[in-house]
Amino acid sequence: MTDKKASAASPPASKTAIWNNPTFRSVTFQVIVLMSVAAFFVYIINNTLTNMAQRGISTGFGFLDLRAGFGILMSLIEYDETHTYGRTFFVGLLNTLLVSFLGILFATLLGFVIGIARLSRNWLIARIAAAYIEIFRNIPLLLQILFWYFAVLSALPSPRQSLSLLDLFFINIRGLYFPAPRPETAFTAVVVAFVLGTVTSFFVARWARKRQDVTGQQFPVMLACLGLIIGVPVIVFAVTGFPLSWEMPVLQGFNFRGGLSLIPELVALLLALSIYTAAFIAEIVRAGILAVSHGQTEASFALGLRPALTLRLVVIPQALRVIIPPLTSQYLNLTKNSSLATAVGYPDLVAVWAGTTLNQTGQAVEIILMTMAVYLTISLLISMFMNWYNKKAALVER
Amino acid sequence: MARSKDQQTFQRLADQPPPVMVVGMLGWLRANLFSSLSNTVLTIVAIYLLYLAIPPVIHWAFIAADWVGASREDCTGGGACWVFVLARLDQFIYGFYPEPQQWRVNLAFGLLIVLIVPLFIRSFPYKAWLGFFLLFAYPFIAFEMFTGGILGLPLVTTDQWGGLMLTLIISSVGMVASLPIGILLALGRRSEMPIVRAFSVAFIELWRGVPLITVLFMSSVMLPLFLPEGVTFDKLLRALIGITLFESAYMAEVVRGGLQAIPGGQYEAAKALGLNFWKSMSLIVLPQALKLVIPGIVNTLIALFKDTTLVIIIGLFDILGAVEAAIKDPSWLGYAVEGYVFAALIFWIFCYGMSRYSQALERKLNTGHNR
Repeated sequence: MTDKKASAASPPASKTAIWNNPTFRSVTFQVIVLMSVAAFFVYIINNTLTNMAQRGISTGFGFLDLRAGFGILMSLIEYDETHTYGRTFFVGLLNTLLVSFLGILFATLLGFVIGIARLSRNWLIARIAAAYIEIFRNIPLLLQILFWYFAVLSALPSPRQSLSLLDLFFINIRGLYFPAPRPETAFTAVVVAFVLGTVTSFFVARWARKRQDVTGQQFPVMLACLGLIIGVPVIVFAVTGFPLSWEMPVLQGFNFRGGLSLIPELVALLLALSIYTAAFIAEIVRAGILAVSHGQTEASFALGLRPALTLRLVVIPQALRVIIPPLTSQYLNLTKNSSLATAVGYPDLVAVWAGTTLNQTGQAVEIILMTMAVYLTISLLISMFMNWYNKKAALVER
Repeated sequence: MARSKDQQTFQRLADQPPPVMVVGMLGWLRANLFSSLSNTVLTIVAIYLLYLAIPPVIHWAFIAADWVGASREDCTGGGACWVFVLARLDQFIYGFYPEPQQWRVNLAFGLLIVLIVPLFIRSFPYKAWLGFFLLFAYPFIAFEMFTGGILGLPLVTTDQWGGLMLTLIISSVGMVASLPIGILLALGRRSEMPIVRAFSVAFIELWRGVPLITVLFMSSVMLPLFLPEGVTFDKLLRALIGITLFESAYMAEVVRGGLQAIPGGQYEAAKALGLNFWKSMSLIVLPQALKLVIPGIVNTLIALFKDTTLVIIIGLFDILGAVEAAIKDPSWLGYAVEGYVFAALIFWIFCYGMSRYSQALERKLNTGHNR
């Protein structure tokens, strides 16, 4: 104690004791934090290595090249028992990305409809939307997934008594079946027309904006782009003689053959993810639209803009600024929640990789770290996008 | 026409009643349901859809439902078989907790309710002491009552805990533990010390970036590897650690939002008064910041409550796990819907209650600074 006081007194400028010096305190504190965190990690890694050596678990990623020897219910890439563990990782990853992508698509559509309905001037519609939101966001997602899978989909009839919609879509206990498009060679022309139309409409939109900036004249951009993107490919499609056939699912023996199918695990997961996330998206959309002050709408009417234009040019751009950041974080949540697939056996990354592969190889540390790294990468990419968007959309005030 | 003088003075007539289509029931209907052609169409479609959906549900859940009985043979009405839920209610609430000992659970939760109620009474004088007792003494009392092994109570190990009781235990421990850790992390993230800030950011982003299920897998598979030889953790404790770490990261982000919303003048004023860091935070900044983010905190708590269902994936039997086990029982096959509806109802009541309470709290604490 006295030593420290003496040393603090030696520099003539400082009148405070050294332990009251903010810089000294902050440096000491940080050194202590750094050292305790480092000690914690050394301790853990040490323990882990000892434990693994004792249990005879080898470390490293050598197991990735071993033969997996188990089948996977659904795979987007070619896979069977003879492939390696490394390949099971990609099968799981692609399945996760598939269900996330489809879930985001449906949840966004449903969420925007419900969110706008919640603001409807029609009392009944607004009430129904509010009831939807309050019911589905207050019930755990896992419960909803299990409900759809075990209570609804497993109560569906067998393939012979399939429920069908217009004889095109069939749903039964084995899954959902629908016609598959089978393009012929001439269909390439339609694709080319579509790509050309999209690119051209991009330039048309730019030219129209420039012309309006310079001359004030408007150009029906919307109609022209629709014509280029949809009209031209349709004409090409007709001219080339409709080079697209549909392969119908047909009941053969005990199940449907042909067409495309979704396994019931995927259907249950998609239903639950979309319905659950849509409730949150609806609230985000509502909050975003309400955040645009009414004065903006009134000012726009005062300038003589019609309601549709007001919505497109004034309300939506300002609402999107509020909507997009929480919306992306909902997308991220949906992607992370898709890991609940493991509860119904949909072969996503967690089920295939952190489930079956982990049980077979026992490489807990490597596998859990890889799984976490995948989700971390996705979430860092999304938050990078969000930061970029926030910078771009931030209100520039004069 | 000749009129006398007094007849010419202005006589106010009685007000005409407003048009019948503008007020009352009809006016409301016209304004809210049939204001335009498209609205009318929407209303009619919505009524038709409701007509398709609601009566069958009511018929199934109430009219044709069976309430009394002991086995599936008593379910003859063709509607919901609530007999199943009632017969298994014990398991749904207590899990595998031995029946003669269930009074201990009831007593512990009863005690909790008795202790919490005064906190909601405005004029109760010893709130601080009571809160202190609830946070630091009650958890140990409750733990001893659940586990037993002392005072002649038989031992009930944690793997026998289950059902709603386990859900409530996990969520309340998670809630109580994640808020202080979250506040510390939020302060760390806004700290001026670069190392502290870096660790806080890394911790928060790591847990926020991964799904809870991988955290639970990690705590159940990797945690035993982290510990020295011979030290083992209870499965429940491992799940609790995972959930607390995960939710505290979310809590930290919510609290950080509140901290950022406090004007810099408040920090400076606290410093000018000579308050040190902890005093300025606990007396000046945090009370204001936390009040601002009550909705966010409650949303996180609701998410935590819903997330507790994930523990069934690592083999704990919370209420959803108990329902899952019951519907796979061969003597009650085919009543999955009833089981899930019951569990959903329980979760819904808790979550909706919490969100309504947070709205009420927000109104109560609103000191009128918003424009």
